[in-house]
Amino acid sequence: MIMDAAPDQSSAPDFPARAAAALADPTLQGALTKLQTEFRRDRAAMLGRIPEFDQLRDHATAIRNHSLAHLDELLEQFETNVSLTGGIVHWCRNAAEACETVTGICRAVGAETVAKSKSMLSEEIALNDHLAAASIEPVETDLGEYILQLRHETPSHIVMPAIHLNAGQIADVFREAHTDHDPARYLGDADALLAEARAMLRQKFLDADVGITGANALIADTGSILLVTNEGNADLVHSLPKTHIAIVGIEKAVATLDGAMAVVRVLARSATTQEVTSYTTLVTGKRRANDADGPSSFHVVLVDNGRSRMLAGPYAEALRCIRCGACQSLCPVYGAVGGHAYGAVYAGPIGAVLTPNLGAPGGLGAARHLPQASSFCGQCEEVCPVRIPLPALMRRLREDAFEDRQITVAGQKWIAAWGWAAQRPALYRLGRRIGILMLRILAKVSGGTIRTLPLAGGWSATRDFPAPEGGSFVELWNRRKRRESS
Amino acid sequence: MNAEHHKKITDAPQVGLFASCLVDALRPTIGFAAAKLLEDAGCIVSVPERQVCCGQPAYNAGDRKAAAAIARQTIVLFEKFDYVVAPSGSCAAMLRVHFPGLLSDDPAWALRAAVLGEKCWELTSFLTDVRGVAAVKSGFHSGFRGKITYHDSCAGLRELGVRKQPRKLLASIDGLTMKDHSIADVCCGFGGTFCVKYGKISTAMTDAKIEAVLATGADMVVAGDLGCLLAIAGRLSRRGDRVEARHVAELLAGMTNGPPISGDG
Repeated sequence: MIMDAAPDQSSAPDFPARAAAALADPTLQGALTKLQTEFRRDRAAMLGRIPEFDQLRDHATAIRNHSLAHLDELLEQFETNVSLTGGIVHWCRNAAEACETVTGICRAVGAETVAKSKSMLSEEIALNDHLAAASIEPVETDLGEYILQLRHETPSHIVMPAIHLNAGQIADVFREAHTDHDPARYLGDADALLAEARAMLRQKFLDADVGITGANALIADTGSILLVTNEGNADLVHSLPKTHIAIVGIEKAVATLDGAMAVVRVLARSATTQEVTSYTTLVTGKRRANDADGPSSFHVVLVDNGRSRMLAGPYAEALRCIRCGACQSLCPVYGAVGGHAYGAVYAGPIGAVLTPNLGAPGGLGAARHLPQASSFCGQCEEVCPVRIPLPALMRRLREDAFEDRQITVAGQKWIAAWGWAAQRPALYRLGRRIGILMLRILAKVSGGTIRTLPLAGGWSATRDFPAPEGGSFVELWNRRKRRESS
Repeated sequence: MNAEHHKKITDAPQVGLFASCLVDALRPTIGFAAAKLLEDAGCIVSVPERQVCCGQPAYNAGDRKAAAAIARQTIVLFEKFDYVVAPSGSCAAMLRVHFPGLLSDDPAWALRAAVLGEKCWELTSFLTDVRGVAAVKSGFHSGFRGKITYHDSCAGLRELGVRKQPRKLLASIDGLTMKDHSIADVCCGFGGTFCVKYGKISTAMTDAKIEAVLATGADMVVAGDLGCLLAIAGRLSRRGDRVEARHVAELLAGMTNGPPISGDG
């Protein structure tokens, strides 16, 4: 089960083309409507059960800010404490170093297969491609990731990677991949799909030479990593194979277990509307003499990949992100087009900010247009458990693009011209008069309502435009006032 | 002029009406309706002639310099008033929340922007929260005994906390019933230039909104921002759905005799 190379995002069609395709895909639309309708309903119920949720968000935000302000000390403390438990910490500046390090550890133990639990960082650094190129088979064990690996797809959501698929599509991919099963077997419900995936994966866990997990937090004062899952797969991944590698972004450090728990309190609620996930695991070092199980070697691969550069700049607040995906689950743009349309590892509002900032300077590629694809409705900021001001950060990215004279979207020149005129009220008034007159002529020609707007085809392709009532309110009002007073 | 008369004049707040560029150019009725509501609430209303727009198109396109220049000229025009009121949550939030941010590092303007920001209000919020208006004395155009549904515009809702205020005022209108649609607080797809830049995505968002509106059986969708209403009404019209769209100020001021933004009136 060697995964094909991930689709090259940079040469893929651009965002508008992918978005159009997504909008024309009824299966995807059904999945997205289901996601957002259910998530909105369940989130409202969750908020009803915990009136102090805003205070928990404030606390988690403060914890994350503390982590970012003390990141250097916390990471060194973490390394010291991991060493004391017999683990090894590896520091990697970029994706290439991280992939090399992981592959090196796997080679050193003669690994043929590695079992993986869900990790967005693994996607970010394209670890599976790298492992496969080194003839090491990566096996995704999170159900969603497993399905995607069979379909040679990338995750479309941070916590619900296969949310773009329906049960029928998953049954199809199982029938195609699990060729030794009875073709006539029943796969008509979630339980049947789950049972089959579980049976397939159980042997993979036992066979794996190395287990690779991510981590939801690095706890500095104990050298522990925190893992939060619903499937329990991460627990098999880190405890069954002889070698456990945790790959983690450096921003995940936190001073204490209490701090990590402050994050946990908002994480599951924001990600899946659960109070807590089924499994919350602390992993501290390798197997000790009296332990019933556990790996004989434990590695933590710390990955920077643009994070320290980001920390020093205007987008540092996005490093508070705890990867809950709530901004995706409720974003109306994400809800219209789904995660794959963004063409980036991290989709949706947080992706629009992370994608241009992570990786080498210039971002993870094909990213500069992503902050443009937002109506700035503010839903993302409203739900973010660590209060990342996503619209403000996206606007800042637009300012960067504007200053670089990157005319990324049609119409930006017109906006610039309009902005210039708006600073000249006399000219603006003249333009307004001409504009109103032209719109009224257009309306008259088409019999009342305007069906084609010059320069704004993006509007009139799907919408009518009302005829202006006539005259400018500001002029009409003041003319009336002058008449009344004379 | 006797003392009592003098007191009466000075007690009435001077309100600068920020029309918003869309109301100004497309639907003056909303401006006149807003002015009537403000006068009914005991305010003296002025409409500065040199006002343009709040600068959001430039601001959201990343043209911070142009947005700051527009902010400065708007401050000069409006800082003499006791209050600045806009029949738009989006423009009011621009003046109240974003002008201070835009000019915060400009020592000559930071304080003026902050002072102006404090005085800026969205229309229904100003009427209820500042002027204590609990009810309006208006009715529908003849014969309308309809059901409406209210769309919460994003900026008003999330940046200014406008949610209960318009509903409270609308509830005081005779012959009107209100039913919220399931996604009243979800973006309509307008988003300023977003709807032109990403027309297809915007349309999908508007269609979701319209489906939710239709599910309520409402005869009319009402909102506090003309931008949202143009997006919704323009799509209703193209789809051929017979639901009217009107600005909340038109209803509250009883100025519903003219045609709606869409529909057959």
